[in-house]
Amino acid sequence: MTAPLLGLALLFGELSVLAFGGGNSVLPEMQRRMVEVHGWMTAAQFNALFGLAQAAPGPNMMVVTLLGWRLAGFWGALVATVAMFAPSSLITGIALRAWDRFRDTPWRRAVQAGLVPVTAGLVAAGAALIASTAAGTPALAGVVAAAAVLSIATKLHPLWLLGLGAASGLSGMGFG
Amino acid sequence: MAPTTGALFRGFLSLGLMGFGGVLPFARRMLVEERRWLGAAEFADLLGLCQFLPGGNVINLSVAVGLRFRGVAGAVAALAGLLAAPSVVVVLLGAVYDRFADDPVVRHAFAGLAAAAAGLLVGLAVKLAWPLRRQPVPAGLAVLCFLAVAVFRVPLLPALLVLAPFSVLLRRWSRT
Repeated sequence: MTAPLLGLALLFGELSVLAFGGGNSVLPEMQRRMVEVHGWMTAAQFNALFGLAQAAPGPNMMVVTLLGWRLAGFWGALVATVAMFAPSSLITGIALRAWDRFRDTPWRRAVQAGLVPVTAGLVAAGAALIASTAAGTPALAGVVAAAAVLSIATKLHPLWLLGLGAASGLSGMGFG
Repeated sequence: MAPTTGALFRGFLSLGLMGFGGVLPFARRMLVEERRWLGAAEFADLLGLCQFLPGGNVINLSVAVGLRFRGVAGAVAALAGLLAAPSVVVVLLGAVYDRFADDPVVRHAFAGLAAAAAGLLVGLAVKLAWPLRRQPVPAGLAVLCFLAVAVFRVPLLPALLVLAPFSVLLRRWSRT
């Protein structure tokens, strides 16, 4: 399936202005559109690219660049990246000028507090979709569970957990 | 002394090379302690704005800091600096994946990596949801949002248009 550049621009442009609470909150919609609506890749392929992007440094939305590159090469990467970051940046630029006026208004606090449960629900939805695809075998489900528990209960660097996951996959037993 | 556009690019370039799954602690150290472009209170204030708006916190922060010191050119320099290195790294990782995806050993390693990344996301979701556990109304909203997006696969735009204003209004009423 070919992904037209326009399709990438429209998808990530929309996600850019909806990404309240950061990039992880638009992850379920990204997966739904890529896999179910457009059929540009399988859920397993989406998961693999998400996992790869988590192993890259920098902001946690680099999966966008990778998805664009995978679907339409260099221009796909460029279009997806610009579409994801330009609209929200423009909003930031405009809001910065007005920030002094609305920083301490009650509606600003109400909106910010009201978005917290929505963000929590969206990130949980993304986690459920990604985890249900990733846990394809009992061994892989074990890796998902172990990484989740270790990330909550310890201060281990995330890169260690990703490395341990990849290493346990290298053992090859029960990893599909 | 206000940083030049070149200094903004270099500062955020170094930031893009650090931090896996979260650049924020590094951003504070770079902006406040090392380069002293912002005071601690200024940083907290700008971060408040960036968390309020759609888009990644550090992405928005780079735009706000660039804009403040050098206008639009500064914002573009800071954002481009932040994204430059991670974009290259993520595409290189993608190229490695494409090259070796047919090798069963490598495929197992990537499956393990994707499972660990999924586990990290589950951990993040738990950490976001945990503070809501004693607040029945926000917790109920988070569950509603989760069900709508993960189970019923409602598109993000209508889900947000219904749930976000509802959540904000409930927050307003519960305070008065």
